[in-house]
Amino acid sequence: MATAVAVLDVKDFKPEVPPDWCPGCGDFGVLNGLFHACAELGRQPHEILVVSGIGCSSNLPGFFRSYGVHSLHGRALPFATGAKLSNHEMTVIVTGGDGDGYGIGLNHFIQAMRRNIDLTYIVMNNEIYGLTTGQVSPTSETGMITKTTPHGNLEGMLNPIALALASGCGYIARGFSGQPKHLQKLYADAVRYPGFALVDVFSPCVTFNKHNTYDWFRKRVYRLEDTAHDSTDFHAAMDRALEWGEKIPIGLFYRNPNPRPTLHTDDPGLQAGVLVRQAAGVGRAERQKLIAEFT
Amino acid sequence: MNEPDVVVGIGGAAGDGVASAGNTLALSVARQGQAVYAYNSYQSVIRGGHSWLRLRISAKKPLNHGDQVDALVALNQDTLDRHLQELVAGGAVLYNSAKLQPAYAAPPGVQLCPLPVPDLTPAYRDLPVMQNTVAVGAVIHLMGLDFKGLESVLESTFAKKPQVVKTNVEAARAGYDYAVAHFTPLAKQLHATSQRWALVTGNELMAMGAAFAGCKFYCAYPMSPATHILEWLTAHAKELGICVRQVEDEISVINMAIGASHMGVRALCATSGGGFALMTEAVGLSGMLETPVVVVNVQRAGPSTGVPTKTEQADLNQAFGASQGDFPRIIMAPLSMPDCFAMPALAFNVADRYQCPVIILSDLLMGEGNETVDPALLDVDFEIDRGELITSPDGRGAAREPYLRYKDTPSGISPRAVPGVPGYLHVAASDEHDEDGVLISDVYTDTVRRKKMADKRSRKMADVLKHLPAPTLVGPADADVTLVGWGSTWGVISEAVERLNREGISANHLQIKFLVPFHVAEITAALSRSRKIIVVENNQSGQFARHLRAETGITAHGHIRKYDGEPFEPKHVVAGAREILERGTAVVEVLSTEPGWQTEHPTGTAGDWTGRAVATAHTSSVAT
Repeated sequence: MATAVAVLDVKDFKPEVPPDWCPGCGDFGVLNGLFHACAELGRQPHEILVVSGIGCSSNLPGFFRSYGVHSLHGRALPFATGAKLSNHEMTVIVTGGDGDGYGIGLNHFIQAMRRNIDLTYIVMNNEIYGLTTGQVSPTSETGMITKTTPHGNLEGMLNPIALALASGCGYIARGFSGQPKHLQKLYADAVRYPGFALVDVFSPCVTFNKHNTYDWFRKRVYRLEDTAHDSTDFHAAMDRALEWGEKIPIGLFYRNPNPRPTLHTDDPGLQAGVLVRQAAGVGRAERQKLIAEFT
Repeated sequence: MNEPDVVVGIGGAAGDGVASAGNTLALSVARQGQAVYAYNSYQSVIRGGHSWLRLRISAKKPLNHGDQVDALVALNQDTLDRHLQELVAGGAVLYNSAKLQPAYAAPPGVQLCPLPVPDLTPAYRDLPVMQNTVAVGAVIHLMGLDFKGLESVLESTFAKKPQVVKTNVEAARAGYDYAVAHFTPLAKQLHATSQRWALVTGNELMAMGAAFAGCKFYCAYPMSPATHILEWLTAHAKELGICVRQVEDEISVINMAIGASHMGVRALCATSGGGFALMTEAVGLSGMLETPVVVVNVQRAGPSTGVPTKTEQADLNQAFGASQGDFPRIIMAPLSMPDCFAMPALAFNVADRYQCPVIILSDLLMGEGNETVDPALLDVDFEIDRGELITSPDGRGAAREPYLRYKDTPSGISPRAVPGVPGYLHVAASDEHDEDGVLISDVYTDTVRRKKMADKRSRKMADVLKHLPAPTLVGPADADVTLVGWGSTWGVISEAVERLNREGISANHLQIKFLVPFHVAEITAALSRSRKIIVVENNQSGQFARHLRAETGITAHGHIRKYDGEPFEPKHVVAGAREILERGTAVVEVLSTEPGWQTEHPTGTAGDWTGRAVATAHTSSVAT
């Protein structure tokens, strides 16, 4: 993309407030990758809006120097959708956790992909509820023992990658916070993708998830970029999405080679340009035409 | 009040075309200078059931749908059976004689007007709905109006299909001519005037009023009776440059609207009580982020799914209590359909100025009712006050102090920069935060900052009232009784108060539009001379009466309440006031008993104290 002029530095996105995550939290790697990706993208901090929900990971906007919104639990995507439609020149990045996005906010996640709103959605997936101190999550493995599943999780694991494929998401990737350089590339490509982009990130909770640890992931993850995987092939992506166990793929699963129009490009009300710059109110001639429809 | 008014009732099953026949009639008479107020009592079915539309028509603008029937257009046997007995002397009943026959004798002085529809329009054979066109033609004549209004409406309705225009105009003309030749005009005759009228619903006015007031973003989930706001805005989104989206649920709706507003556009969303319940948490988000949003609740009868097609004013407590915690909110209720037009402009202005949620409580009666409005009154270029909004980097000096989004100012209002403007970076958080937006929620007991920020927000409410006109007492100052209502009951109470004064009971009227904040001083003063205070409201528990007492300490002497799904009619309020004054009744609960309905749905009501003549002799002859 021609817009990627690397005149910015990582420090441009670092605020004075340091993250208050637990030492060793996977979210540090996620944030670091985002600093580098934004520096690479060349967007000024005031041209970026980071919207989050609620949870440990949703504190991220407070630790990132740009415009930010720390919204309600599970509602970051609708908030960000309204924001993007209102000013589609902004780069809008949504961050949150698995409970926020795949639990309480799951409906919005599916709808946002279906309507192809041009957002980048980064989910810090730690397979546990951390801020509430260790309850089962939609992405916890079946059988996993947590505070609320003392006899093991009876429910199946939600597969966000397969769900995203089925929901029409055009850019689907997975990263691991143990590999921030890799994350940087996935984020930058996700932001550049014209449409809804998902980056699910394995971001270990060192305090409450003693099962899915850094070591657990390091032993299993492999990069799709190191294989012959064709990321333009939907069916191949679905096959990879279903892999789980001894080997777990990360990297780019799918990038739609023929992206659908984004919501803001086709919305009838946005044809005159960026909404927030349009004059408010209705001129006299137009008013009289509308009133005449009632006579 | 010397102008005669005619109430036309049109009844049929869903699918018989009651609403479109009513719309054609209303527009036709409006084009002859007649004002209309119409209310459709319908069921939540797409086919079948009973739909009962009443149109009150007069050269003098009616404020409600009245409480009698002068002309009945029966589209099916059920309607004829139910409503024939309600007609008043001098009235007429029109029906297709090829299909329907009265099952009992008409009340004295009521004219039977059988229309041999198959003989009047050959199109009827393939298109049964043509009976409606014939009947509308006939009733226009009976009211004393000429044919040209109806003809022009049919021409514009079917403008793209000349053959359909021809068929309809011929059928309508045949009905009109048949009435000229065979029927006696109604006792009450209307006279054409040169006044132009726009025929509107409260929902359409709410939508158009919002657009005129600068609304740029609207989203909603379809929910009766608010859906027509979405439909009007969708239909006009492209030409007006408004982003209008249908969204997966009302949780998403309000969060999306707040998100849009956060970036600097005026955003509106509308729903009914059930949807508003889902929005609740985000009402508080708007309060905490200090990002304005305007939410319309077009109330219907609750609780839960309730009665989706019936009206009620029972969501007041819900609006008071929407969302946890303390934060500034503004709640207002339009008094009439024309008020639905002006209210979004006011709501947007105070929402922007005070950076808080504004809740508008409309209801099904206004939202879906039809009324004529002088079109000149709709051509309004509303004043748009965005409050302290920063949309460009101008005005920031070289010696920049850090921008504090939530600056603790004397007014409590902090200048609001929208994302995208260089130099004003900040995070807006639903957690408690300090002036710079940084969270204090995770800080160990920072009591001082927490209290400071809560106080800052609540301080904003101190001068909201200066933007909201206080209610005034209408009628004799020294009246025996004061009727107090809120929202949509304005028109019906106004007429009831007039009638009470005519009947020798000195009465005045106070109607409340602004619920929060409340004009405590003005309302207390207005009611201080009242000998008897009666609160009239469309709910069971007296939600407004409790609010009045909580805010002012004033306890009403009597209550007239209605929660049977149907709106008040003037006679209900007159009879209720008399009951309270003459018999000392504390709470009068009004029930609209339709005599003919009792065989289907026995209500157990022995009589109808509201004064309607219950034709008990006829109830046994009702066929279903």
